[in-house]
Amino acid sequence: MNISGLQSGLTRLAQRVSSQKGRFPGASNQQPGTVSEHSRRIGLAMVSPSVAVLLAWMVVPLAMTLWFSLLRYNLLYPGESDFVGLENFYYFLTDEGFAAGALNTFLLVVSVLAISVVSGVLIAVLVDGPFWGRGVVRVLLISPFFIMPTVSALVWKNLLLHPVSGVLAALWRFFGAEPVDWLAEYPLETIIMIVSWQWIPFAVLLLMTAMQSLDQEQKDAARLDGAGALATFWHITLPHLARPIAVVVMIETIFLLSIFAEIFTTTGGGPGYETTNLAFLIYTQALLQFDVGMASAGGLVAVVIANVAAFFLVRMVGKSLTDKA
Amino acid sequence: MSDLTIKNLKKGFDGTEIIKGIDLEIKDHEFVVFVGPSGCGKSTLLRLIAGLEEVTSGHIHLDGQDITDVAPAKRNLAMVFQTYALYPHMSVSKNMSFALSLAGADKAEIERKVKEAARILELEHLLERKPKALSGGQRQRVAIGRAIVRHPKVFLFDEPLSNLDAALRVQMRLELARLHKELNATMIYVTHDQVEAMTLADKVVVFNGGRVEQVGSPLELYHHPLNQFVAGFIGTPKMAFLGGSVKAADASGVTVALACGPEYCLPLDGSALKAGDRVTLGVRPEHLQIAAAEHSPFKVRLDVSEHLGADTYCYVRTESGELLTVRAPGDFAGQFGERASLIPDLAHCHLFDADGRTLPKPGASARAA
Repeated sequence: MNISGLQSGLTRLAQRVSSQKGRFPGASNQQPGTVSEHSRRIGLAMVSPSVAVLLAWMVVPLAMTLWFSLLRYNLLYPGESDFVGLENFYYFLTDEGFAAGALNTFLLVVSVLAISVVSGVLIAVLVDGPFWGRGVVRVLLISPFFIMPTVSALVWKNLLLHPVSGVLAALWRFFGAEPVDWLAEYPLETIIMIVSWQWIPFAVLLLMTAMQSLDQEQKDAARLDGAGALATFWHITLPHLARPIAVVVMIETIFLLSIFAEIFTTTGGGPGYETTNLAFLIYTQALLQFDVGMASAGGLVAVVIANVAAFFLVRMVGKSLTDKA
Repeated sequence: MSDLTIKNLKKGFDGTEIIKGIDLEIKDHEFVVFVGPSGCGKSTLLRLIAGLEEVTSGHIHLDGQDITDVAPAKRNLAMVFQTYALYPHMSVSKNMSFALSLAGADKAEIERKVKEAARILELEHLLERKPKALSGGQRQRVAIGRAIVRHPKVFLFDEPLSNLDAALRVQMRLELARLHKELNATMIYVTHDQVEAMTLADKVVVFNGGRVEQVGSPLELYHHPLNQFVAGFIGTPKMAFLGGSVKAADASGVTVALACGPEYCLPLDGSALKAGDRVTLGVRPEHLQIAAAEHSPFKVRLDVSEHLGADTYCYVRTESGELLTVRAPGDFAGQFGERASLIPDLAHCHLFDADGRTLPKPGASARAA
């Protein structure tokens, strides 16, 4: 329930993003004449069932979350469901986990975005030229994206990072160093690394295809104008990639705000609150402390945060998207 | 000074030879047009000159200096591309000043040069626009402006007009001719359109299959094509070719029996021919005259006529089925299917031997030797 509150927030973010481009097709350019009026009504009648279902899908959970957030509703004390006003919000926002969760969410989103965009651009440029086995390399580069988050987190935790039996520990020992217990010593950094590993392929995929639409004659012209590899990258390639980078930032932000599986399978939000983000915090409230009221309040706070993020994203990124088209 | 000399230049891609040994000299201030059918290597040669492709063997000299292995930007050349290749995110003035600012030129100097180029190309009011807000002709002018600001020794144009519509192409063609006079620059221009070649060039280089077929002024190519390929490629509508065989030949004339009937004695040096050799007679539409059926032994049947106002292009079919074009007066009234005959202007006919080489005029071979 609480997570569905967050989900509905994200759904709305996605809807906002998509409503930038097209509203109902056919509804916009029609003159209010008899025939078009008629066909418009039919059109509305035809789409209304799905719109109604989507609306209910969004409104019902949101309304229930709103209602639960105003109750003292803990599954450990059945029967008690007093109206307590905004008390749940007060406790959620002043909880020591909230500040940590908000900060961690922010750090996680921003660092993974930075890492995946920068390395995505570099990798995309690197594999753009023809070389032997390019097709295989490209598939390998994209493949991490197809692995389930839970599975990849487990692989990282148990096969790569494990301080006793992990690959990295073996490597460290080979060079005579003390193996690092990654998830205990650098928990948030490790999570950022795992999530980046999953999301770099997405950036690479989008930017790689964008590279192919870069005009060869433009590169030739730049070469004749005296631009070296760096100048060409800076003045020609990077501006060309501005739009796909905007798309990557937008889509990744939506998904990175709600990272959960990686945290759940590796650190469980710990040590302390060090790797707890808002999605995980709400989960602990609802399913570990059985406090439905507080979790609902947290869900609504997350919805607000997601909407604020969406607002700025659409402002920044969406504008540049529609602008150049 | 900007003399460009190309010596025995070869270029191959993956074992296939595209340029098969080209020798060429381009003099200062010349407007040279490379022309030929698609895939003949003319664009590749231009890219080799620009340095965008690596030479397989041979040398390119600019003013006596070997530039075969010099980086493209250091060759002092500027190129205008077919798709303009403007930088989409830069304004017109940024597009034009890009090369200069990369080279670290002085700000005031850059501005002066951009202003100057914009004045020549009438782009002054567009300097702050982005390329997407320009029309095709304007984009083309910006691309040329980008070349002008660098004051290159040689301008290279790679089919610059082929993306424009017909009316604009004629206009830009005139502007290019004017620009050549105004800048007094050396220009190399690649096109597959022989009208552009004829109208713009001081010197036309006809390419075919990676080789140069002939080099010369437009009129030289028109009047004295070295071989059948050049004869067929230069001139619109195309020269017609009629098969035939030699009846008699000596140094002052050749008597040819055409497959479609008539016999003609041409004032050409036929000392290399003997009776019975297969030859091809080439005659341009403007050197044929249509007459009543009984006037000439060259019997034809009229096909479709194209009335252009000043001229009529009348297609005729010979008795052996060959299709010829005749340039007739604008008020030509011949009807489809009518019988008629042709009178060729024998002084302007060309005869090609079995290898496609043009037979020389009498005495020409003596002069050449």
